Amino acid sequence: MALLAANPAQAAEAVGRLRKEEAMGVLVDTTLCVGCRSCEAACNKVNALPKPDRSFDDDSVLDQLRDTSPTAFTVVNKYTVSKGVEITRKKQCMHCVEPACSSACIIKAMEKRSNGAVTYRKDLCLGCRYCMVACPFSVPKFEYSKASPFIRKCQFCFERQEQGELPGCVEACPVEALKYGRRPELIEEAGKRIHDTPDAYVHHIYGEHEVGGTSWLYLAGAPFEKLGLPQLSDKDYPELTSGAMGTVPAILLMWPALLAGFHYLSHLKDQAHEERSRHHVSR
Amino acid sequence: MKKLIYLLIGDPKKLFTPFNLISGLIIVLGLGLIGLRMFKGLGAVTNLSQTTPWGLWIGFDVMCGVALAAGGYTIAGTVHLFGLKDYEPLVRPAILTGLLGYVFVVVGLVLDLGRPWRMPFIMLFPRGVTSVLFEVGMCVAAYLTVQVLEFVPAFWEWLGWSRVRRFWSQLTIWLAILGVVLSTLHQSSLGSLFLIAPTKLHPLWYSMYLPLYFFISSIIAGLSMVIVESALSHKLFTYRLSSSVHFDLDDLTLGLGKTAAAVLYVYFFLKLIGLADGNHWDLLDTPYGHLYLIEIVGFVALPCALYVFGVRTRNVRVVRITGVWTVIGILFNRFNVSIIAMNWQISPHYRPSWMEVTVSLALVMMAIWLFRWLVNRLPVLSTDKPAVGTNTLRELWSAEAEKA
Repeated sequence: MALLAANPAQAAEAVGRLRKEEAMGVLVDTTLCVGCRSCEAACNKVNALPKPDRSFDDDSVLDQLRDTSPTAFTVVNKYTVSKGVEITRKKQCMHCVEPACSSACIIKAMEKRSNGAVTYRKDLCLGCRYCMVACPFSVPKFEYSKASPFIRKCQFCFERQEQGELPGCVEACPVEALKYGRRPELIEEAGKRIHDTPDAYVHHIYGEHEVGGTSWLYLAGAPFEKLGLPQLSDKDYPELTSGAMGTVPAILLMWPALLAGFHYLSHLKDQAHEERSRHHVSR
Repeated sequence: MKKLIYLLIGDPKKLFTPFNLISGLIIVLGLGLIGLRMFKGLGAVTNLSQTTPWGLWIGFDVMCGVALAAGGYTIAGTVHLFGLKDYEPLVRPAILTGLLGYVFVVVGLVLDLGRPWRMPFIMLFPRGVTSVLFEVGMCVAAYLTVQVLEFVPAFWEWLGWSRVRRFWSQLTIWLAILGVVLSTLHQSSLGSLFLIAPTKLHPLWYSMYLPLYFFISSIIAGLSMVIVESALSHKLFTYRLSSSVHFDLDDLTLGLGKTAAAVLYVYFFLKLIGLADGNHWDLLDTPYGHLYLIEIVGFVALPCALYVFGVRTRNVRVVRITGVWTVIGILFNRFNVSIIAMNWQISPHYRPSWMEVTVSLALVMMAIWLFRWLVNRLPVLSTDKPAVGTNTLRELWSAEAEKA
């Protein structure tokens, strides 16, 4: 995999908050999506994933809600939001600005890259699955049936992007429901669409602020909870544990001194006790 | 040769007891399932899924294992740092229980990791410094080492190496300090692990105080485990005791019960503060709320009251039963946080497979076998009782030396 060969300096690159916010992203306009699943087929092809049991032309697949899996990094689901109103929505990794998976990873196999992608280093992963616990969208998927398993998920076509190509799904979408671009521009574009046709949209860009922002953004004509997108706070997920982690140096510094002090006090007490009993005996 | 066999397995005629047969069967079955897991992947043995990536092996083997192994640092700290020398006879068995507990945890973790052979990567490539799991891993590794160093004096005595033994006693205080520091860090971090999943853990259990809860309750677990474990080993291994220790145990048990009552009291009010802080009172009258109430009333408030009653009436039996009850309560809490209230909105909810249960049981049995084997040979329960087989070891040693 070319991902393994990526220059280590580049891999270890520390991307600042602002740069992450301004990195590439995709605006998914569900009001345009026709549920054709071309994105699924393209994703399957560019990632060389095994062919599914039912072909990508088979629309009956949409009758059931599906989740992404180790062999399908994106899936389109059909949600009935009210009587007779159906909305199709593509699910994939949201590529958070401050990814929970990356902050949770015991060996930082998950990394936020400068082009916006949250990528996975299979040469490091231990398979602890804490990224799966941490991800608020339950995106990372694990190969449970393999003796030497990996985590699998959408990589935002990191390598294609580096070569100046569009992500597979974006390129394949026939109705331009997926718009690729710099995140701030996508947010501007989304705002414009809401402004131009206010009746067509819920006035909220999902992913602008959720979990501190995501590189993939959604627009919809119905509340996002009805489209399987969880209601989340605006807080960066890594912040949830950074407070607790911050106490580590304090404990490491203070506890030993304090405990040694306790030991010394009890030692003094013992000595005083011995002294007193010796006096007692001598008298 | 015959002596060596006795040293290794004891009297061969006494080997086939009902306990040995049943536990042996579980161990054999468990080892088979471990083989299956290694060759066919986690999916072949566990009920884990894409939505429930952590199950019994994390919830029981790791979460409960670490909590119940807290007796080591609790008692070592009490005796060596706070200077309560009366509790000295309990230190070695508590450290052995703790050490074996951590070995059990590490084995459980190895089985649960997708690629366990990469475990050294955590130290070779220490990249995940923002990860709570990284901190847990480092602390557990360090504390396991500390516990080995705390326990080896029993080996030096077994081998009759008195000079090494004397040198080692200078390390005692430092090891005790390290033990308390490392335990504070990783016991609390096991709770911090869940802070990153606010939408997945039920609101009644999710709290910013989770690290504090895990740390405080580990002290309760440690004290209660020492009460239970000392009572059991003094009953089962009476022949390994010297008479002087035997008489003190009741007093020590009452002392431990008193301390446990105080810590439970603090823990109960900390839980109430967390409940008020979370402000989810409305959820109390739901099935999960009832479970929560059972936990804090039945397994925190009740044992606190029972310990007080037992200590006030000097009823050692009550204190011991409360010890067992409290240990069950700690298991209940760890199961709630890591399995039952975790992913509470997902149905069907995860249930461990019989194979996961068997493997966990097999690991517990192995730890018990190892405990028994060591207690029967090394000076663990009492230091003035001669170690079994020291002469045999010396003979073997000198025979080897002559050959060389």
